[in-house]
Amino acid sequence: MASIFQAVGAATALSSSNSFDSKKFYLSSRKSVSERKGSIFVVRSDGRMNSGRVGKLVTNAVATKADSAAASTASKPGHELLLFEALREGLEEEMDRDPRVCVMGEDVGHYGGSYKVTKGLAPKYGDLRVLDTPIAENSFTGMAIGAAMTGLRPIVEGMNMGFLLLAFNQISNNCGMLHYTSGGQFTIPVVIRGPGGVGRQLGAEHSQRLESYFQSIPGIQMVACSTPYNAKGLMKAAIRSENPVILFEHVLLYNLKERIPDEEYICNLEEAEMVRPGEHITILTYSRMRYHVMQAAKTLVNKGYDPEVIDIRSLKPFDLHTIGNSVKKTHRVLIVEECMRTGGIGASLTAAITENFHDYLDAPIVCLSSQDVPTPYAGTLEEFTIVQPAQIVTAVEQLCQQ
Amino acid sequence: MSSAFSAINTVQRLPHASVSQENPSVSPLRSFLPFLGSTHKLRPKSLHKNGASIRRQSSIVAVSDVVKEKKTKSSSCLPNLLITKQEGLVLYEDMILGRAFEDMCAQMYYRGKMFGFVHLYNGQEAVSTGFIKQLKKEDCVVSTYRDHVHALSKGVPARAVMSELFGKTTGCCRGQGGSMHMFSGEHNVLGGFAFIGEGIPVATGAAFTSKYKREVLKEADCDHVTIAFFGDGTANNGQFFECLNMAALWKLPIIFVVENNLWAIGMSHLRATSDPQIYKKGPAFGMPGVHVDGMDVLKVREVAQEAVARARRGDGPTLVECETYRFRGHSLADPDELRDPAEKAHYATRDPITALKKYMIQNNLVEEVELKAIEKKIDEVVEEAVEFAEASPVPVRSQLLENVFADPKGFGIAPDGRYRCEDPKFTEGTAHV
Repeated sequence: MASIFQAVGAATALSSSNSFDSKKFYLSSRKSVSERKGSIFVVRSDGRMNSGRVGKLVTNAVATKADSAAASTASKPGHELLLFEALREGLEEEMDRDPRVCVMGEDVGHYGGSYKVTKGLAPKYGDLRVLDTPIAENSFTGMAIGAAMTGLRPIVEGMNMGFLLLAFNQISNNCGMLHYTSGGQFTIPVVIRGPGGVGRQLGAEHSQRLESYFQSIPGIQMVACSTPYNAKGLMKAAIRSENPVILFEHVLLYNLKERIPDEEYICNLEEAEMVRPGEHITILTYSRMRYHVMQAAKTLVNKGYDPEVIDIRSLKPFDLHTIGNSVKKTHRVLIVEECMRTGGIGASLTAAITENFHDYLDAPIVCLSSQDVPTPYAGTLEEFTIVQPAQIVTAVEQLCQQ
Repeated sequence: MSSAFSAINTVQRLPHASVSQENPSVSPLRSFLPFLGSTHKLRPKSLHKNGASIRRQSSIVAVSDVVKEKKTKSSSCLPNLLITKQEGLVLYEDMILGRAFEDMCAQMYYRGKMFGFVHLYNGQEAVSTGFIKQLKKEDCVVSTYRDHVHALSKGVPARAVMSELFGKTTGCCRGQGGSMHMFSGEHNVLGGFAFIGEGIPVATGAAFTSKYKREVLKEADCDHVTIAFFGDGTANNGQFFECLNMAALWKLPIIFVVENNLWAIGMSHLRATSDPQIYKKGPAFGMPGVHVDGMDVLKVREVAQEAVARARRGDGPTLVECETYRFRGHSLADPDELRDPAEKAHYATRDPITALKKYMIQNNLVEEVELKAIEKKIDEVVEEAVEFAEASPVPVRSQLLENVFADPKGFGIAPDGRYRCEDPKFTEGTAHV
């Protein structure tokens, strides 16, 4: 079992706190994608482990456009919470709304979830709606599928996303294909979620990016959350979707703090998120790498570059509208991902951009991915495995010279 | 009702070595030993030495026999019959349908009307009929790759199953499932599952829904039961054990029915399984384990009635091992050269359909002419199914992308900002996804 305490390491993982455009409330129409230049919510990592940053909000750490500068969180409406609390809030709202929504997985009930995403839900909703399962990933995932086929809307928590490799058959054959093979007679409104990604020296098995494995399963949607705001919004959207959705969370992002609206909102499962508009280059990223990119962006801005940063958020399918508009504007693309290089999300994204927007490109797409090695335990080696901000800066500089 | 399961509990409680001594109840299988046909030859000698095979023979307890005895005693004034005429005819018709349908499948396969792997159920009809005919429409059935007959027993029209096999739009899955993926939302057939064991968790989930509906959604009248069918080979798969555990843990209304036909393609059950008495694995998880002669539909039916009633009452799951035999190869692609002809001949004499026919005629329940009429009727049904399938249209291209996502927004957003599924190419099926 992964250490539940590793999440506090997020403080050091996000060595600079970033502000970014956050989303307006639920966007009823796709058309509004380009219109969102809303107010800023400041996100900072939880500084409990690092006294130097306790309570210190680094607003506007990345130079942003004039229209999104100088936000004051104190005067904003809404409430401040950590990412794992945002996920729980989303879950709880949906469980209140629909009695068919239930949670199953290892230690989701009495223990409250290994990352506390389901904390307090079992006392509120009972042991059947928040079902502690035996350690039998393939079977409880299949059970969720059977429950979904017969009318429930289960959320399966993988205690660590890597454990879901043991449920691969159920996720692929049944979650992904059964709606089709049944000729549309059965739907599988299941959400599969859990912590993944490279954490802090968790070793190879607990540091996996399963999006590359899951992306070729037909009939499944995949989203990755990266802020408390989109974590809650995507969780709610995933629960409401009639399609099976895999929601990727990142072990190092659970303690991110953000002020989110009090009003109900949901995010669009298929939409990318504009993090920082810019002119010179499009940087596509998701999950934790968003923060490495924003750290690099700070340096880049100081060096006179104006990068556009997009959190693609929907790993399958890609939001070709948002991505395409950006490519048409900047003509240069850098992809930064934590996924494996071979057959990863970046590889698929590269193919999609080449297919759709090749004529707009002034330079070949560059993709920075993790090294194709089992994630090493040693901190130094682990750091070399994943993309670091300095690499991003160098890649942008090179791309922009072309 | 409870008598049968007290017998089961006896099985459950007794240390297995003593079963034979303490439980002298009739073992219907003793009479045709060696009941495992020729396969005992494949058994490692060491197992013979420690007496495992002897225990196997002696501890088989057909609970239905115990029940039958008690019933006989308690109602000695009534004729000693296990079924009414009407019940017998229903069972007979369903088994005949299964057999005739599968024989027709073989013909159609060899004529090139259907393709892929087609696994026929011949010989095992007593299991499907014995169990599924005890279910209501709302009850769920989960099957394997050998699923045609389960679907038929559950009420899916023969024409819809045949048409599916022909790959036509009128098939029960619009031609998108095929032989190993029969589904019916209307009849609650939750699927044929082509890989070993993967249907068992799905069945467990359906049973979980029943419990959830009753306890969380307060649908007090929800007493739906789920049956998971699978073979002896599956009983060595982790999902089997995992789900026995969960089902017993939460007292789910499910029945695990092992169709032990002694062979997992070419792997003898005895060569694959350390303790071949699968039903004994039930008590290990805290549920009754029942062994029944799977070639005797009346015995299967009796056990099924009890197990279904138990599940409906909320008393939890049951594991039933039906010892049966497939009369054909694993699939129509299997030359079936490995199994001993003597073994096949032995089981051919135990044909469940012939046995039921004999029982009904000997007990003056029916005239042979009535059974002939059923056979004729079923022949017509199957003929009609073929004609229907033959005449049905093949799927056109526009069907290709229709059921990939329940919500087609899952295809994502196109460069022009619209959802891709709004593109006419999606309705035409020509879009590149």
